[in-house]
Amino acid sequence: MTPELQEIEVKPKQPWKPTQREINVNIAVFIFNTLLTLAVIQFTGFSGKLAFVVLFILISLTSNFLVAFFKGGTVLAKNTLATGFALTGISLLIMPVISILGTVFAKGTEAMYIGFFTDDMSQDSFASDLDVGGIKHAVLGSLIMVTIALLLSVPIGILTALYLTELKGRGSTLIRFLVQAMSGIPSIVAGLFIYSALITGTGRGFSAFMGALALTILMIPTVARTSEEVLKLIPSDLREAGLALGATQWRTVAMVVIPAAKSGLITAAILGVARIAGETAPLLFTTGGADALNLNPVDGNIGSVPFYVWKALIDGSPNAIARAWAGIFLLMIIVLCLFIAARKIGSPKKVRS
Amino acid sequence: MRPIPEARVLTNKPRFSDRVFRGIVTLGGFTSLVILGLISLFLLYRGFSVLRSEGFSFITDYEWVSSINSDGTEGEVASTYGVGAMLAGTIVTAIIALLIGGPVAVLAALYLAFYAPIRTRKFLVSVVDLMAAFPSILFGLWGLNVLMDQGIYVAELLNRYLGWIPIFQVPVPVFLRSPFIAGLVLAIMIIPIVTSVAREIFAQTPLDRIQAAYALGATRWAMIKAVAIPYGYSGVVGGAMLGLGRAMGETVAVFTVLNIVYRANFDILLGAGGNLASHIILKFGEASSEEIKALMAAGFVLFLLTLAVNLLADFIVARTGKRGK
Repeated sequence: MTPELQEIEVKPKQPWKPTQREINVNIAVFIFNTLLTLAVIQFTGFSGKLAFVVLFILISLTSNFLVAFFKGGTVLAKNTLATGFALTGISLLIMPVISILGTVFAKGTEAMYIGFFTDDMSQDSFASDLDVGGIKHAVLGSLIMVTIALLLSVPIGILTALYLTELKGRGSTLIRFLVQAMSGIPSIVAGLFIYSALITGTGRGFSAFMGALALTILMIPTVARTSEEVLKLIPSDLREAGLALGATQWRTVAMVVIPAAKSGLITAAILGVARIAGETAPLLFTTGGADALNLNPVDGNIGSVPFYVWKALIDGSPNAIARAWAGIFLLMIIVLCLFIAARKIGSPKKVRS
Repeated sequence: MRPIPEARVLTNKPRFSDRVFRGIVTLGGFTSLVILGLISLFLLYRGFSVLRSEGFSFITDYEWVSSINSDGTEGEVASTYGVGAMLAGTIVTAIIALLIGGPVAVLAALYLAFYAPIRTRKFLVSVVDLMAAFPSILFGLWGLNVLMDQGIYVAELLNRYLGWIPIFQVPVPVFLRSPFIAGLVLAIMIIPIVTSVAREIFAQTPLDRIQAAYALGATRWAMIKAVAIPYGYSGVVGGAMLGLGRAMGETVAVFTVLNIVYRANFDILLGAGGNLASHIILKFGEASSEEIKALMAAGFVLFLLTLAVNLLADFIVARTGKRGK
């Protein structure tokens, strides 16, 4: 006799999904942690947002550890603790970012008004009222310097990357090391170098060009390393195809490799600009930081946005600090835009033939 | 009858255009070498007279007295230049930064490499990249206006409950703008670079070993302990050293947050101290030509210090990356 066929609903098991009971326990533990933290803050000397966060983290780590211990013994407890620590690490990383961006956006608009973008500081001091003076001179100065630095560092950076990926010459290992090391030199050293080599004792003064040279030194490693990553991802089939068609190496590079890597190379340049846009220390030794508009790139003191912030910071009065936040706000908007542009144009991983 | 054509000459000699191309690329490739060489050459050249007259005591001496009058004549007291105190300050703030920022960065890297869901990871990696591009003056401004209060609160707690440890003692209760708070700001500044280096190292952990660990029934932590940490250990150490190098060379943020006083301050909670870079900025404005030379020499010392730390770190990271493939 055949067993009667029954329609039974078969549900695939999902053992990795938390059961309802586990979810309930988690919620209970979370509420308990919050209440305990509040209680500790209420009845002891601790106070403030920071104390709340730190205590909450400590209490959560402990209680989750205990819950896991009673449920699954030492092995599970250790695993839970490790997960908790990893989460703590990433939260401690995120917190300053949120705090910084939040402060910039909250305080950045206080000193902004229409004239902020069309005026310079030649008639006003940093401590004067917030409805006079502006940042035009600094924005244009930064633009001039970044443009010069871009024109100098992109060719050098890409040539370095080509040397490392296309020529693979004898010095490749050394060069790769030096480019890495160069990305770590303090920005102040770049400024000191330009000052010591080109300004002091030569009779030449501060100028946008000197500032741009210092920025170039800081920008080359970023451009070179990013370009190298991009060029490495170009399939060697493309190069071999070019050579097999009878092209010389330079025609292969110029007509095949570089066009294939174009978007990645643009990204490299953008990341380089993002790297130097906010550099302050090298400009202190090379540009002089003027308060009036100066459009001559090779002569005379010139302002820049970081230097504007620096001057406001040194002034220290409440109005000046508001101006500093406004300058930083502008700088951060630019850096954010550059970042989004770099992502949109194409991360190195998307470069394919 | 047609003449037999000449045999085509085959050669592996590069064409003229290729030789030019290779020449230009090689020239470009060696620019970084030239720049690094020029930096050390010029800083050494400008600072040489001071380095020679001070000798080794330039690094070890705790006194920086510039007594040259503005008209260039020698002042009453003899000038003496020694960056010992600032060198000590550089190392102290950098180590504080590493002790606070290093563990956070490594834990965050572990989270990004082994815990985060893919979308979250992509987003957080961009956040870390963005954080690395924050201008240092922003960290300074934020540190001074926002972090300072929290930092003072923590410093007071440390002093009250751990005051028996020598470094947490303070002769006078001034917690404002201390090396501890500067170290805190530096810690936040180096977290992104240490995190991204450590994450890249952890992401290279051989997948077969990870899966072998899981197949043997390991929990995620057991896998990390048995596979990821042994594989990535030295690379993470290298990444931490890169962070140390960054912290040593930081200028504007330290100058803003720290109360620059020329003394070696090992009471890290007391509001006085400095580092080499901030000292250079401080003195640069009103320096005489002789003092400028001393500042160049100080810059040379800073350059060598950070270069050495960076080269060592890169060496360690590069060596780790090659293993296990």
